[in-house]
Amino acid sequence: MLDDFFIRALVAGIGLALVTGPLGCFVVWRRMAYFGDTMAHSALLGVALSLVMEINLMVGVFLVAALASLALIFLERRRALSTDALLGILSHSTLALGLVMVAFMTWVRVDLMGFLFGDILAVSKADIAVIYAGGAAVTALLVWLWRPLLAATVNPDIAQAEGLKPERSRLVFMLLMAAVIAIAMKLVGILLITALLIIPAATARRFASGPEVMAVLAALIGAFSVVGGLTASLQFDTPSGPSIVVAALVLFLLSLTPSPVAKGEAPSTETKP
Amino acid sequence: MLEKSKSLAQTSSDTLVEMHNAGISRGGRWLVRGVDLSVRRGEIVTLIGPNGSGKSTTARTAIGILQPSEGHVHRASTLRVGYVPQKVALDWTLPLSVERLMTLTAPAGRQEIRTALEAAGVGHLAERQVAALSGGEFQRALLARAMLRKPDLLVLDEPVQGVDFTGEVALYELIRDIRDRTGCGILMISHDLHIVMADTDTVICLNGHVCCRGEPQSVMDSPEYRKLFGTRAAESLALYRHHHDHTHLPDGRVRHADGTITEHCHKDDGHHHHDHHAEAEAPVKGSSDAR
Repeated sequence: MLDDFFIRALVAGIGLALVTGPLGCFVVWRRMAYFGDTMAHSALLGVALSLVMEINLMVGVFLVAALASLALIFLERRRALSTDALLGILSHSTLALGLVMVAFMTWVRVDLMGFLFGDILAVSKADIAVIYAGGAAVTALLVWLWRPLLAATVNPDIAQAEGLKPERSRLVFMLLMAAVIAIAMKLVGILLITALLIIPAATARRFASGPEVMAVLAALIGAFSVVGGLTASLQFDTPSGPSIVVAALVLFLLSLTPSPVAKGEAPSTETKP
Repeated sequence: MLEKSKSLAQTSSDTLVEMHNAGISRGGRWLVRGVDLSVRRGEIVTLIGPNGSGKSTTARTAIGILQPSEGHVHRASTLRVGYVPQKVALDWTLPLSVERLMTLTAPAGRQEIRTALEAAGVGHLAERQVAALSGGEFQRALLARAMLRKPDLLVLDEPVQGVDFTGEVALYELIRDIRDRTGCGILMISHDLHIVMADTDTVICLNGHVCCRGEPQSVMDSPEYRKLFGTRAAESLALYRHHHDHTHLPDGRVRHADGTITEHCHKDDGHHHHDHHAEAEAPVKGSSDAR
């Protein structure tokens, strides 16, 4: 079954979406969308450095993304600039550094478009194994970390006072993000990873009554986007990574349409007469 | 000063948290300095003081959210804390029902949750989303969550803010009831400078340091207040009359009862002569003794 490239792409994409959904919920709750983007952009620097140092690409990307997040925490503590400005600096300078370094490396043929936008149709069986093994590890850690991380998200002071170590949760969470970025880069590319984290989670918000429900819904909505996007890309011969993101966007837009059965509370942007 | 010697004499296994000459500075500025306090099992300690006087900073340091820049904080080794912060800003993208909020930091049984919510007077709101609660309802839900943990030490940062007057009296009755039933210690911050919970054992008035401390005087003793608040309220509220021997000047310096002016208000600064006196060049304007 996995001999067909399309089936391989579907299996890989669904595996990734099942991980990015729950993780993406925390990205949305903690308002870390731009932060995730910054970590993803630093992945290209990771690619360049891995090529120079001849280490595994995924390991290099994970290390650089993790270092970028640590650098941000450090700079934040020094209060030199606002987090927003720091993210802007770090995000684009790591991306630019990566591009420049790749351009210098004339001795290796680098498929830049593949790194930026991913190539899910070129996924191998070994890639699928990595995605599912890595995804299972990330999900297991997230489940283990769930209560302290959620408490720290609601209020870090309560988490600290009641012994749940919010700083440790935050650190592990950043490492999980770096791992997911390393896994996802080959599938959707570093420019589109954040979309898979944020859009399914944002879509799930409307229908969720609790954090756990929202995480599961986000995973399912992400998987559905992968199926829809890949099918459409086959049908219309469009690039696969962007097609998945467009499918996720369509689902998000559908979730915004007012339903006749008003279930749960309305988001704050909707005002009732 | 009587309170201080009492608390030092009773340093026993009952002491939940103790601060010795603790000070917290941020960005080169002292938020609060020279704090001595202790909370024992079954004791209610109330912190009062104007805005920016270091009440929350002191409470947060006592339970380890902040680290003291000087002095010592000692907590009982297996201290279980229940904390109600002054403000919880919940992002609306996070769906959270009142019931789910109850198990935020530790699991709890359905029946326990019901009981805690009923006790806090928000049993009917269990299914409601936290984002849809009013300020007073949210406050009660947070209190229910904190007491559900069966803490050794309950820390309440302005627990009655956003609660109307009858609600305030009822919440104070609830807090007293928690103390009586579980024997926990309570460190509470009051939003009122003069009216505190009647069962408070020790009131500590802060203004960048400990200005004064003592026991509150029952409102019951005072006919005019009893008339003002009604009998039920009078049982829950108490007065704290201040006798400060010094005045905080707008520039941060302190004028003591004997007329001397110092940079800080360490206990001894007004009495022993300090280098700063020579630098007290400008004459002090008389308009500043508002307190």
